[in-house]
Amino acid sequence: MVQAKFISDMKRLIFSFFSVIVSWYNFAQNNNFATQKDTTHLDEIQIIGRHKLSHYRQEKTLSSIDDYLEKANKITMIKRGNYAWEPTLNNMASERLNITIDGMQIFGACTDKMDPITSYVDVSNLDNVNIGSGQSGNENGHCIGGSIDLKLPDSKFYESGLKTSVDLGYETNGNYKISGLDLEYSGKSFYFNLDGIFRKSDNYKSGNNQEVLYSQFQKYNLSLQTGIKVSENHSIDANIIYDKANDVGYPALPMDVSLAEAVITSLSHNYSNNSNFIKTLESKLYFNSITHIMDDSKRPDVPIRMDMPGWSNTFGFYSKAQVSTNKHHSSFNLNGYYNQSLAEMTMYPNNSNEPDMFMHTWPDIRTLNTGFFVKDIYQINSNAAITNSARLSYQNNRIAKEEGLESLKIFYPDIEANKSRILTSIVSVYNFKKEQYSYSFGLGYGSRAPSVSEGYAFYIFNSYDNFDYIGNPNLKNEKALEVNFSSSMHKNNFHIGIEASYFRISDYIIGDIDPTISPMTIGANGVKLHKSLDYATIFDIYLNSSYQLSSKFSVNGTIGYNYGKASNRKYLPFIKPLSYLAEINYSTQKFNAAIQLTGNGNQSQYSSFYGENKTPAYALLNCNLGNAFDYNNNKIVLKYGIENLLDTKYSTFADWNGILRQGRNFYINLSFILK
Amino acid sequence: MKIKYLLPLLFITLLSVSCSTDNTNTPHDETEGLLKIQDFSNGDYTIEVYSKSGLFYTGYNHISLRIKNLNTNKYLENANIEWMPVMQMPTMEHSCPKSEITKVENKQTIYEGYIIYQMTGMNGSGWSLTFNFTIDGVNHTIKDTINLIQSDLQNVTSFTGTDEVRYIIALVEPNQPVIGTNKIKAGLFEMESMMNFTEVTDYTIALDPRMPSMGNHTSPYNKDLSYNSTDRMYYGDLSLTMTGYWVLNLKLLNEENSVLKGEDITESNAKSSLYLEIEF
Repeated sequence: MVQAKFISDMKRLIFSFFSVIVSWYNFAQNNNFATQKDTTHLDEIQIIGRHKLSHYRQEKTLSSIDDYLEKANKITMIKRGNYAWEPTLNNMASERLNITIDGMQIFGACTDKMDPITSYVDVSNLDNVNIGSGQSGNENGHCIGGSIDLKLPDSKFYESGLKTSVDLGYETNGNYKISGLDLEYSGKSFYFNLDGIFRKSDNYKSGNNQEVLYSQFQKYNLSLQTGIKVSENHSIDANIIYDKANDVGYPALPMDVSLAEAVITSLSHNYSNNSNFIKTLESKLYFNSITHIMDDSKRPDVPIRMDMPGWSNTFGFYSKAQVSTNKHHSSFNLNGYYNQSLAEMTMYPNNSNEPDMFMHTWPDIRTLNTGFFVKDIYQINSNAAITNSARLSYQNNRIAKEEGLESLKIFYPDIEANKSRILTSIVSVYNFKKEQYSYSFGLGYGSRAPSVSEGYAFYIFNSYDNFDYIGNPNLKNEKALEVNFSSSMHKNNFHIGIEASYFRISDYIIGDIDPTISPMTIGANGVKLHKSLDYATIFDIYLNSSYQLSSKFSVNGTIGYNYGKASNRKYLPFIKPLSYLAEINYSTQKFNAAIQLTGNGNQSQYSSFYGENKTPAYALLNCNLGNAFDYNNNKIVLKYGIENLLDTKYSTFADWNGILRQGRNFYINLSFILK
Repeated sequence: MKIKYLLPLLFITLLSVSCSTDNTNTPHDETEGLLKIQDFSNGDYTIEVYSKSGLFYTGYNHISLRIKNLNTNKYLENANIEWMPVMQMPTMEHSCPKSEITKVENKQTIYEGYIIYQMTGMNGSGWSLTFNFTIDGVNHTIKDTINLIQSDLQNVTSFTGTDEVRYIIALVEPNQPVIGTNKIKAGLFEMESMMNFTEVTDYTIALDPRMPSMGNHTSPYNKDLSYNSTDRMYYGDLSLTMTGYWVLNLKLLNEENSVLKGEDITESNAKSSLYLEIEF
């Protein structure tokens, strides 16, 4: 029955998708008038970071996506171990962000956030990462903090023939081994790219050579992307990613993971025609499926043995078009998805005569979301532009399991299985750019629906504050008013920039203690119910500067400050303390070297109510080097260095339960590119 | 082309063949869904006794029965029938709480009632059941021993309150507990004599369900059981947050709210002396 309903919902979605595509194509064909070419490219305006992945310019070719993301100013990774870090943007985590893979919605299957979706792709799969701060990240879905879109490579009809590359990496701390193979063929009307990467690490050691137990992991990732050019303007691309991690330890949590597996597939059609009113039209159908199985069999002492599997399946589409006229660049995006999130828990009593104890922690929640996005960039004059964008969507959540509805009715006797919401987002950014300086000012408003956990969690244990959490299906939409400002100046090799964002979030969703309810988890402090606080404010400011000493030498530095407090007069959790980074770079065509100082100040504004301790200040010294060699037509890239040179024993505010970070680590990455 | 038309035909044939096998049942089997526990017979009449499980268990038993006239082979549609369960012990005998026997609405031949067995003897022995009924002014009695199976869980408990009265509490519902809020129904009886048990009215049974295997986890929003005069049973809300073994810790309070039996659950007291058990 459940399956049948899922399929019929999917059918409806597919049908509406195709009817929209057909009407769009008609529209595209009927507006075949030529427009003048506009050379101004303003794509970067909305995007605070567009990080080109993989290609050998990074200090560590084979570093994980997590490492890449962490380098962006406003992003911090919450670490529960050495694998599957959870990104936060503007001090906001998953539920306030919209994290997508090339526009595709995908949701982790773990109730304890052990599998942020960034853990299901690898650098080898991706081309770049688009980060949109705040409401500027509203294209694919609704968010408060912003969006992270992990972009797959574009079609590669380069006619460059066959290319092979082999990557090898080794790191001493944790005996971490990486190997990767990439095979690419690019023709005039056909291409494919096949790659695989394998990573395996033992327990790492913190500063002072202390082993961090249960920090091992092992994963592999395979992907195939292929495309055919059907005609001059039309091409069809297919992509499949298979990612599987086994034996992943989470030193900060009471459980590990025996399997985290994802299949991510998509089929897309691309139309492009520069002489047309509609420049590009991209339509994609996608499906992804995640299985996540937690495991406590390696932990010697647990109060009770348990299994906690979770599943997340998402089916969706998007269709986006770009149109240009003289002064306007507009884009439209119609998208929709249907997600099924199901998680259960089985506990095995120490008295084997008693039956197993079972509950649904995510009682088969179906989320249907369809929305429409419009963006317009209007070039006022050669220096100034204004970007407006808006998104409107409809969301329905349904508790598909009758017993799930019954269990939540213990807390909310009047709820129904279905809950519908309308979500909105609107943002306006003004940009001004001159040769030596530029600035931008943005104003936004947006709302988001509660996440599956916030809405429907049933005794989900949070080891950070040691409370069991109960969702609340009646939560109001969380809304944010946002102001942001950035400015930069360049003068003679010197660059200085400042960027700041302020969010006033009303109906801020967070857990609140209900002292009348007894916890389920043995040893937990109590139960928190997801509630809405009147408001919360989050503020962040970053100052960047760099100076090009000579053609080979440069220095750069960043300093950042963040603040977050709620209407209950408590500080918000996971607000980054004062942070800084300073770097000296030397680079030539074939060699580069850098030495880097990075650290955080004292975390004075911590929130003990939400499980935080005061994390002391720390500073790290890193050093990295790189060489490139040409050998016949082939190329070898060598990257090596030392992280945490002084073997500092430290933990940051973003380390779950204060687990210790890696101590000194020597690494080497070697890449062979054979043509 | 041909196979396209043949396939549905084939399906229909298969389906009708597989369906037709069940059609031999009589259209008016009023015992459908019930299993026979035992026949009580005296040569002229047989009382067929049924329940959902087909067995007598300690605790609450909902029992259905019908009386067959062996001479006419017909079931009686208007009998006046009473019953008396008795346990024979070495030095004495006693009965247990039971209801009247009433005719089931919308049924021609079925009568129903309940018996709450509070204990059993060795190997299920010790209990007998006597039926008395009158037909055309003639009294009939049929008596037979029964086999009573000890329930795995404590679904009935008998105890003496601080008022020196002997009480029996039996769990009636939930039969099939679910994760969520369950309606809990229990019977409360006072033992007036060895043979006479009466329903107690207007007391309160305080409820605190716990899972001993989960650090004595309790569920929220339970509602104490209160008396319902319509069916003379006690009703409350029982929240169950997960499947497994639950201890329903109880306290019995009289009309003045004085505790007659049972204690609060605290850090030092994991279980009340008055409790029932469920498992699912």
